[in-house]
Amino acid sequence: MAIPIVYNVRNVMQRPLTTLATGWGIAMVVTILVGTFALASGFQAALLGTGSPNNAIVLRTGADSEISSGIERDAANIIRALPDVAVGPDGRPLVSAEMVVLTNLNRVGQKGSSNIPIRGLDPSSFALRDQMKIVEGRMFRPGSDELIVGQRIARRFSGLRIGDRVTFGQRTFTIVGHFTAGGSAFESEIWGDNAVLMPAFDRDAFQSVTFRMRDPAHFAELKKRLEADPRLGVQVKTERAFYSEQSQMLGGMIRVAGVVITLIMAVGAIFGAMNTMYAAVSQRTREIAVLLTLGFSKGSIMLSFLIESVLLALVGGVIGCLLALPINGITTSTTNWSSFSEVAFAFRVTPLGLVMGMLFAAAMGFFGGLLPARRAASQSLASSLRAM
Amino acid sequence: MSVFKLILINLGRNKRRTILTMLSVVVALFLFCALRGVLDTLEASIKVGSETRLVTRNKISLIFPLPLSYRDRLAGIPGVKAVSYANWFGGRDPVDPHNFYAQFAVDATTYFPMYARDIEIVAGDPPQVQVAVPAGLDPKLASFLSERDACVVGERLFKRMKWKLGQRVPVSGTIYPGTWTFTIRAVYRAKNPAFGEETMLFHWKYLSEKGMGGQGTVGWYALELSDPSRAGAVAHQVDAIYESSFAPTRTETERAFQAGFVSMYGNVPFLIGVIGIAVVFAILLVAANTMMMAARERTAEIGVMKTLGFEDGMIFKVVLSEAAIITLGGGLIGALFAKWLIESSGFNAGGLLPPMTVSWATVTIGIAIAVLMGATSGLLPAWQASRLSIVDALRRVD
Repeated sequence: MAIPIVYNVRNVMQRPLTTLATGWGIAMVVTILVGTFALASGFQAALLGTGSPNNAIVLRTGADSEISSGIERDAANIIRALPDVAVGPDGRPLVSAEMVVLTNLNRVGQKGSSNIPIRGLDPSSFALRDQMKIVEGRMFRPGSDELIVGQRIARRFSGLRIGDRVTFGQRTFTIVGHFTAGGSAFESEIWGDNAVLMPAFDRDAFQSVTFRMRDPAHFAELKKRLEADPRLGVQVKTERAFYSEQSQMLGGMIRVAGVVITLIMAVGAIFGAMNTMYAAVSQRTREIAVLLTLGFSKGSIMLSFLIESVLLALVGGVIGCLLALPINGITTSTTNWSSFSEVAFAFRVTPLGLVMGMLFAAAMGFFGGLLPARRAASQSLASSLRAM
Repeated sequence: MSVFKLILINLGRNKRRTILTMLSVVVALFLFCALRGVLDTLEASIKVGSETRLVTRNKISLIFPLPLSYRDRLAGIPGVKAVSYANWFGGRDPVDPHNFYAQFAVDATTYFPMYARDIEIVAGDPPQVQVAVPAGLDPKLASFLSERDACVVGERLFKRMKWKLGQRVPVSGTIYPGTWTFTIRAVYRAKNPAFGEETMLFHWKYLSEKGMGGQGTVGWYALELSDPSRAGAVAHQVDAIYESSFAPTRTETERAFQAGFVSMYGNVPFLIGVIGIAVVFAILLVAANTMMMAARERTAEIGVMKTLGFEDGMIFKVVLSEAAIITLGGGLIGALFAKWLIESSGFNAGGLLPPMTVSWATVTIGIAIAVLMGATSGLLPAWQASRLSIVDALRRVD
C-alpha cells in the first residue's frame, strides 16, 4: 500500500525555511537552464523569422554567408527572368538582388564596436520584404542618400538616431527612419537604396538574389537546375533553410553551454538536496517506525521519501521558472560569427524550455533523494523503535 | 582541549553532511572559476596584440580591403620600422565543415620577423634545393619560402589533425571560391599562448595570384614602430593621409584591434558573469541551510558547553569557523581544480577561443568568495548559538 502523498506535502510545508533554502539551489539551476534556452530560442527565432520557406536565396557556390558571396549583374538578370519567380499584383517579378556589406560601429553604453550589415535593396522589391514596417520617421526616398535602421540596433549603436549622418567612403548618408521586421534579424540591419549604396561602396556585384517562388513545392527541381547552370555558378537554398544554417552554430553552442553549466551546477544542488533529505530521514526515525508498525512496506517508505524529495525539487523548479519568466522579451545582442555581424534579439522563454526546467528539477530531486530514501527504507523496525 | 580540536570534532560528527556540503562548494567554485576563465581568456586574447605595433584597416569595416599600393607609402612614414600585411582567407575543411580553424594569407618575409617574439618555428621540411633564407627568418622556413602553395600550421592543429610535414591539405574557399590545396612545410609553436596554435599561414602572393587575379588587395597592414611611445601620433598620421582617399583607413594599436574582436561578443561576457554570480548564490544558500541544520541539531550540546563555562564569543567562533572551514576547503579544491583541469587540458571551446586560461586573480577571487560564503552562511547559526540561553537550550532536550 502506498503512503498518501499528503503526508509528503505536509512534511515539505512543515519546514518552510529548509524547503526554501534547498529549493532555492534547485531554482537557480532551473533559472539558468531556462534562461540559456530562452537565449538560444530567441536568437534562433530571430534568424528563422528572417527567412520565408516560400523564398529562395541564391548565393555564389562555396559562400557560407551573404558577405562572402557575390552575384554578378548578368547572373542576377538571368534569375530575374526565370519563369519560376512569382509575380506581384503589379505584374513585376518578386525578386530582390541585394548588396550586403558590413560597417563597424561603436556600441552605446558599452565599450567597443561591432559589425552591422548594410543592405542595399531595390525599392521596387519591397513587396518581397513585406514584414518591414516603418515605426519612426519615414522610408528612404529612392535614389537619395537616405538610410533606414532596424529598431533593435538603433539604440544600441551610436550614430543611428533619426537625423544622424554617417559617411561611407566619400559619401554621406542621413538616417531618416527606424523599422521593425517581425522581430527578425533584419531589425539588426541598415537598409538603403541599392542604386546609391553600390557606387558608394564601389561594388558592382550583388551579394545575394532572393525571390518568391511561384511554386515552392518544386524547389528541389529548381535548385538542381540553377546549380547546374554554368552561366551562374551559384547555390540555391530556401530562405528559411539559409537562415536556419546561419543560426545553427551559435544557437547550438548556447544550448550546449547551457546544458553543461546546468549539469555541473545540478551536481552541487543535488548534494544540497541530499543533505536536506538525510536530515529529514534522521529526524523522522520514529515516524518511519510507526509507518512500519502500521504495516507499510519498505518499498512504499522508500517511494514516499523519493516522492518527497521530488516534491521539494519541484517547488524549486517552479520558483526557478518564475524567476526566469521576467527575462522574456529583454533584448540582448552578440556577434553571429557565421555572418560576422551583430544580431540583436529578445530572450524567448518557451513552454518547451519551462517543461525542460521542471523535468530537470524533478531529476535533481530524484537523484538527491535516492540514497536518503534507501536509508529510510533500510531501517529495521527494532532499531527504529529503540530510538523512541 | 583546544578550540581547533573542538571544531574538527564538530566537522567529523556528521561526516557525510560535511563532505556533501564541501562538495557542493567545490562544484560551485569550479563552475565559477571556469566561467570567469572564459572572461580571462577573452581578456588574454586581447593581449596577443602588441602595443608597439599598429594595425591599419579599411575604415568602414574589415571586410573592405586596402590597396597594396599603401604598403610603400606606409613604410615611408617616419617612425614606421617595418610593414607587413595579411588577409583573412575564410576557408572550410571540405571533409568536416564543423572542423574550424583559421587561415591567413601573410607576406612571409615581413610577417615572420615581425612576429618572432610571438611564435617560433619548431619543425620544417628540408628544402628540395639549397635556397638562401633572408635575414631574420628561421632557416627551417626555407622549404616554405621556396614554394608558392606551401603553408605553416600551428602545432596544436598539426597534432589534432594528425598531419605530417609535406602533406597536402585541401581547404575550400568561401570568399575566394574553389578548393585550395596547401602543402605543409613548417610547424610553429606559440611562444605567446594567446596567439593560438590552431592557425594556418600561407603566402599572400599565392592568394593574390590565384584568388585575386594578381591584383591583390590587403586585408590589413601591421606596422612595427621604431618608437612605440609615438603610436598614437603615427596612427593619426596614417589616417590623415588616407582620409579623403577612396579607401580611408582606421589605424589603432594591435591590442586595440584585438579588443575590437572581443567587444564583438556584445552582451555574452555580461551574461556569463551573471551566471557565475547565480551559481555562487545558489550554493551559498545550500551551505547556509546545512549550517543551520547542523547548529539546530546541536542546541542541547551548546547548552551543555555553556554550562561548562564556554563564553558566548567562543561558541560564536566555533560555529562560524566550522562553516568557514567547509567553504574554504571546498573553495580551495574547486578553484585550484578548475585552474589545473582547464589549463592542462588546453580546452579551447572547439577552436573558438585560444586555449583557455584561469587567471590567478580569478582563483583568488573564487577563494575569497568561498570564505565570504562561509562567513555569511555561518553567521546566522553562529549568532543564534551564541545568543542561546542555557535554560532554553537544555529545555529543548527531549
